[in-house]
Amino acid sequence: MTTEAIINKVRDNLKDDIVEINIKSNVRALVSIKPEAVQKAYDLLFSEMGFRFIIASALQSKEGIEIYYHFSKDIIGLILNLHVLLPKDNPQIESLADKYVAANWIEREMHELYGIKFLNHPNLEKLISDGNWAEGVYPYKEE
Amino acid sequence: MKDVQWVTGYNHRGIEKLCESKTFDQVFFLVERVCGICSTSHPFAFANAMEEICNVELTNRAKYIRSIIGELERIHSHLLWVGLAGHFLGYNTVFMWAWKYREPVLDLFEMITGNRNSYAMFKIGGVRRDIENSMIPSMKKVLDIVKKKTDLLIGAVMDDPVIHARTKGVGILTKEDIIQYGALGPTARASGVPIDVRRDDPYAAYPLVNWKVITAEGGDVFAKTEVRLLEINESISIIEQCLEGLTKEKEGEIEVKVKEIPEGFGTGHAEAPRGEVFHFVKTDGSNYPKRHKIRAPSYMNIGTFKKSCIGQTISDATIALAAVDPCYCCTERMAYVYNYSTGEKILNGSELIKLGQQKTDEIRKQLKMDK
Repeated sequence: MTTEAIINKVRDNLKDDIVEINIKSNVRALVSIKPEAVQKAYDLLFSEMGFRFIIASALQSKEGIEIYYHFSKDIIGLILNLHVLLPKDNPQIESLADKYVAANWIEREMHELYGIKFLNHPNLEKLISDGNWAEGVYPYKEE
Repeated sequence: MKDVQWVTGYNHRGIEKLCESKTFDQVFFLVERVCGICSTSHPFAFANAMEEICNVELTNRAKYIRSIIGELERIHSHLLWVGLAGHFLGYNTVFMWAWKYREPVLDLFEMITGNRNSYAMFKIGGVRRDIENSMIPSMKKVLDIVKKKTDLLIGAVMDDPVIHARTKGVGILTKEDIIQYGALGPTARASGVPIDVRRDDPYAAYPLVNWKVITAEGGDVFAKTEVRLLEINESISIIEQCLEGLTKEKEGEIEVKVKEIPEGFGTGHAEAPRGEVFHFVKTDGSNYPKRHKIRAPSYMNIGTFKKSCIGQTISDATIALAAVDPCYCCTERMAYVYNYSTGEKILNGSELIKLGQQKTDEIRKQLKMDK
């Protein structure tokens, strides 16, 4: 399956949930989606199309809090970045950890550093700073 | 074993945040210190990410030098692991042997980079130091010693009936476990999942040389040992071919000048000894990263202990954990056995290792083998 065919399949399946698609090169692509479609997109990429979940990166920009979920289709070396934008105040998104164990730790970490609330996470406790930081203080979040 | 619980210690070093206050050139030295053992894999992934943003193509000479450093690192890291695994299993001779023949590899590093560890070789667009062609014959000589000695070591480990009895069927991870947990590197390849960034998303000199991805099917500790040991041979062959390639390239062409880093983001990855290292960098047109996310392979690999340890005996815990080659210096230093009902500590780390060693002794007696 080529990168183009993969992107077409993603476009056909997610339709109105897609905000933007940017094919940077033959092996790099960015797909921006609405936050409510994250589980649907994960099901499609991971379960149906055989992508590997690399990791997720959160960051704060002028627009709000952004999450990039990075996926890899190892057989063709494609890295697909799934991008969602959340509001700065009270950012929340559906958790993937219940179905996909690989997302568990990184969601806890993003919650801890940016205060993103992952709904229905099985155990949204601190991962890296247990007992060292005050509650409700998110060290990577800019006010 | 009923359950395994993960408690992270107080060692969050804030490297990602620190990167945001460093220039791109300085970040290389910082990320090199994420891990002491695979200290070049982070600069490697970071360079790949940055070169994606500014779209540069390296010279062949720089590509060869990068791959030589990457593969030397794989050899010394795998030798270090074999030594440690030997220690956990009560084979201190393997430990001494593996670490002794790791020394000539570090000598090679010193010849090429000036350092035994933390080599400071990478920069955007190339490498910082050249390998003089006149040095190549003496490097090949050292490499021959490494090859001869590791061949002996590989033979000794793979033919030992006690090691077979002790590690086969222990800490099994199935293909499904690997996919669910997103496990990487030799851990994945030992369970028959043939992923390797060097082949899947080629970078540096890997497409220019002949080599193969080593896999095994067992998924147990023995399969992981097998994959790592055979990878040492592949790495030696890659280095030999790279050194050969260097002789055909002009000396001194080791970098492409990059003047500006445009706004954008890059996703770079590289195959470290333990699996894929992943760096995500977002830039805003200034000379420092806006955001830098680092994911080391142990972050994905360690989680698999939920599958590999549960149902095993406690004496197999240390080796089942150690089989993924967890970078514990980057994670945590302590292991305890708890009483499941009372929460009371029963065994500490060294007692756990002792248990593992005793089990090997018992197998040795059953097989009537001398130490």
